Amino acid sequence: MLDDLTDAEQRAFARCRHAILGRERPLRLDCGVDLGPYRVAYQTYGTLNESKSNAVLICHALTGDQFVAEQHPVTGKEGWWESMVGPGRVLDPARYFIICANVLGGCMGTTGPLAHDPSTGQPWNLRFPVVTIADMVRAQAALLDDLGIPDLFCVIGGSMGGMQVLEWAASYPRRVFAAVPIACAARHSSQNIAFHEVGRQAIMADPEWKGGDYRLHGTAPERGLAVARMTAHITYLSQAALQRKFGRNLQDRNALGFGFDADFQVESYLRHQGSTFVDRFDANSYLYITRAMDYFDLADAHGGVLAKAFSGTPTRFCSISFTSDWLFPTPENRAIVHALNAAAANVSFVEIESDKGHDAFLLEEPEMFRTLTGFLQGAAAVRGLRNGT
Amino acid sequence: MSIAAPIRVDLQLIADMVESGGRALDVGCGDGALLAYLVHFKRVDARGMELSQAGVNACVANGLSVIQGDADTDLRDYPDDAFDYVILSQTLQATREPREVLRQMLRVGKRAIVSFPNFAHWQVRLRLVFGGRMPETPSLPYKWYDTPNIHLCSIDDFRALCREMDVQIERQIVLNRNSRPISLPPLLANLVGEHAVFMLRR
Repeated sequence: MLDDLTDAEQRAFARCRHAILGRERPLRLDCGVDLGPYRVAYQTYGTLNESKSNAVLICHALTGDQFVAEQHPVTGKEGWWESMVGPGRVLDPARYFIICANVLGGCMGTTGPLAHDPSTGQPWNLRFPVVTIADMVRAQAALLDDLGIPDLFCVIGGSMGGMQVLEWAASYPRRVFAAVPIACAARHSSQNIAFHEVGRQAIMADPEWKGGDYRLHGTAPERGLAVARMTAHITYLSQAALQRKFGRNLQDRNALGFGFDADFQVESYLRHQGSTFVDRFDANSYLYITRAMDYFDLADAHGGVLAKAFSGTPTRFCSISFTSDWLFPTPENRAIVHALNAAAANVSFVEIESDKGHDAFLLEEPEMFRTLTGFLQGAAAVRGLRNGT
Repeated sequence: MSIAAPIRVDLQLIADMVESGGRALDVGCGDGALLAYLVHFKRVDARGMELSQAGVNACVANGLSVIQGDADTDLRDYPDDAFDYVILSQTLQATREPREVLRQMLRVGKRAIVSFPNFAHWQVRLRLVFGGRMPETPSLPYKWYDTPNIHLCSIDDFRALCREMDVQIERQIVLNRNSRPISLPPLLANLVGEHAVFMLRR
């Protein structure tokens, strides 16, 4: 299953572990397709303790991956959650066994549209079945089975990672001691879907996309994927953050150019975001993962009543939102909290003052770190976890 | 996890009313002093609700289960009988609809514990009658224009509301300025008591 990997995948595999799953029992996807065998690429930090009680699963966001707290094998940049994971940080590998797996449909080693359909030997491309957040979580649960980890001390993630956290708590309540959904929602809103659709249309409108078979044609829809990333990136920042960072500053010039080059710094910044993104991310993967988010509606899967997703839950929850996040605003996060209250669940909820927009969850937010440290220490005390492992 | 420090005398009185090992919701839990006490010393499964974000963050950072919420609007999210006790300490007079808040408390909790400042305390009466100004006392330290206390009541008013709502008063404790319980006949208690703590049930 490891032949014909992309450059990015090869570099990823050199630095992380993977499991081949679903050989005997394929993964039954929400769309009805049985997927198997399939590959899950994952990274771990720290050591599983003897009682297997210190495992923490980090669920990554749309364009994240398993390289949480180390130099990225493709981009060379630091890990996407190094502010949260590391010695002396909220999630300290000296205390927890931390796992992060590339999601199903991803492009950093886990099976997705880049992989080959075992029945035909051909690349899946757009013939890969549409996966859901619940499918991603099923694949993670199968990975834990494979690793012999019965349950998790904590499942934590922001944005799409938060959706997976909610799905984990709803689908496997007995395997989740504590759940931390950050800056997310129990369903994708119309506006969320709308922005994703713009991104997908940009990719599919790129003539290099070739109906998804660009690798067969030796092309790459880089322009389309870059535009998708540029659009999405705007939604991750707040108006205030953009204004503070760039204002109307000009890029490498003293006067307006009276043309369509990147006159403004903000244009140059977005173009840079777009062009660097295509080096590490696959266009088809972007289609699949955004679709999974669009399809997410946890209440719908429970008779339209979100509280039913959590009825009788033994899990302790800590939900966090940010004041300037307009992609997953506080009311969406609060709806989760209301449902948890209605289910009489043990829940904490904190809205953190920040002008950094949705991306705040990835940044230095001391109040978030304090909140999470307190929440995890409280949970660890109840779980009987001591300092160190 | 931090071990709770000694708590305010009036909070201690409330804590003493709560049986060990039960479930409690502290509405308007502030910095979580009572919650922490209930969790650590009475093994209560205690949750909190607090309006101020700073208060919530401080509680959660101390390992307490607290959500940001408003007594007037957010109690209705909880199911019936979710808690053994719902506690409202020094907050009733600041709610928009005290009667509805009480009703919700007794729906969500098997018992409600409510404490409030007594607006019929003799000092309050004197200040209004002879001073001709809105009363400012140690327990009501605000100016008329910046007070959060929009629904003040006396101990007798509260008893009357309980009668009207057909709510049983299981216990009532009247406190002096130093939050020491005083034992007096009702009429006198309404004159001399600075605070009161009531335990109610449906």
